[in-house]
Amino acid sequence: MPSQNIWILLSWGPDGWIDDIAYGALVTIALALATLPIGLTIGFFVAWAKQSEEPSLRLAANIYTTVFRGLPELVTLFLFFFGVPILLQHLVRYFRPDATIDVNSFVAGMIVLSLIFSSYASEVFLSAFRAIPKGQYEGGYAIGLSNWLTMRKVILPQLLRIAFPGLENCWLSLLKDTSLVSVVGLAETLRNAYTAARVTKHAFLFYGVAALVFLGLAVVSSFATSAILRSLGKREAQR
Amino acid sequence: MSVTAALAERPPPRARGWPRSRVIGYAMVGFWILFGLGIVAYLIFAWNADFFAKYAPAYLKGLQTTLLLVCISMVLGAILSVPVAYGRMSSNRILSGLAYCYVYFFRGTPLLVQTYLVYYGLGSFRAELQTVGLWDFFKDAFNCGVFAFALNTAAYQAEILRGAIESVPRGQWEGAASLGLHKLQTLRKIILPQALIVALRPYGNELILMVKASAIVAIITVYDLMGQAKLAFANSFDIQAYIWVALVYLVMVEILRHGVEWIERRITIHLKR
Repeated sequence: MPSQNIWILLSWGPDGWIDDIAYGALVTIALALATLPIGLTIGFFVAWAKQSEEPSLRLAANIYTTVFRGLPELVTLFLFFFGVPILLQHLVRYFRPDATIDVNSFVAGMIVLSLIFSSYASEVFLSAFRAIPKGQYEGGYAIGLSNWLTMRKVILPQLLRIAFPGLENCWLSLLKDTSLVSVVGLAETLRNAYTAARVTKHAFLFYGVAALVFLGLAVVSSFATSAILRSLGKREAQR
Repeated sequence: MSVTAALAERPPPRARGWPRSRVIGYAMVGFWILFGLGIVAYLIFAWNADFFAKYAPAYLKGLQTTLLLVCISMVLGAILSVPVAYGRMSSNRILSGLAYCYVYFFRGTPLLVQTYLVYYGLGSFRAELQTVGLWDFFKDAFNCGVFAFALNTAAYQAEILRGAIESVPRGQWEGAASLGLHKLQTLRKIILPQALIVALRPYGNELILMVKASAIVAIITVYDLMGQAKLAFANSFDIQAYIWVALVYLVMVEILRHGVEWIERRITIHLKR
């Protein structure tokens, strides 16, 4: 086993690997942040559909969550990453027979993670929907707001406040799930740690660093969420 | 509004015709039906007797490996979770701090990183492990998977156990103490029967999460269900390798989910009013 100085391996620069892992951490954060708005939006609409009075809407939303919560994340990712190019290729071949299609691993990861995140977030939103009394809707309709405006101006602000702790959990598992995208070749934290471990043969060291990066992200986001929660609480108190 | 007026009020009539929600709902359900039919049609269209004859036995073996992995690591995790939960609830600062760090580490980092840390990382200590005689254990990918999964699920199960025990009101402990039961007796005869009802659903969720997470071991070269699918796809470039495996996982998870719900209905029958 090569006995290089681990402090050189952990330095910033051409000999060290910390800059690569830091770059990977940025990719991890970017992936999670890019997924968040899409996942939240889909999750909100799925939850809205689940508590609607229309049975067909409820059925469609329930199928959605059953599928994406039931499939292992890795299977969904592989199905999407390998299946969609084949599907698209079949479609494109009708027009241009020589075309080949590759899916960008960042985009594939983003789409798959939003599907998974949204199905978990929809459960959180659903229980928040149930915590809002019916009178809030009726009050909104009574002052002449439309369906959509009642949702946006009356229900949504309360909903987000109630759902926030649950969504925090979803965010933490999203952060962890980003590591799976390394398997289809996205150069994020774990992938770069893997490369570093392969090259230097210091596997424990670099996977330990990767674990610390994820741990650090979890700590930072728990600080951030508690700050947001405090400010939400303050605004609540001012009323 | 008086009570009688509220009682006399009729429920609102069901929406008739085609309100927008119904149009969207039918469109969505239609989409799912098309999607399902598309997959069925694809599987029929791409039906390949050779593929099936070649890989179905491999899938069954993979399913066995998956189930074995999940069972062993769930049981080991349950055993390991008891001291961790004890540490979390202990008033000893050092003990509870250690247990807190353990739980925080395993819940704060991805399972994939933990698995890599065990499978590739412990290889860095090969010489040391060989002198202790543990190298033969950690050489095997399956063992490494079980090791990492057991440690991971122990952290989650410890939290479930702690939450369930703390959900039992203090009065139960005090009542038992006043009857002269000692602590272990109280725990076994009074606290745990009440706590386990609360814990059943989280335990079921954890089991489902483990079944889903077990697909990860395919990456460290264990031939579980997912590993067999990877192999089949690499050999045949046929996407139905993953479609079949997805169906198997989906069925497995649904059976578990409904099983847990059924058990919960059965054991809470005395609490129904």
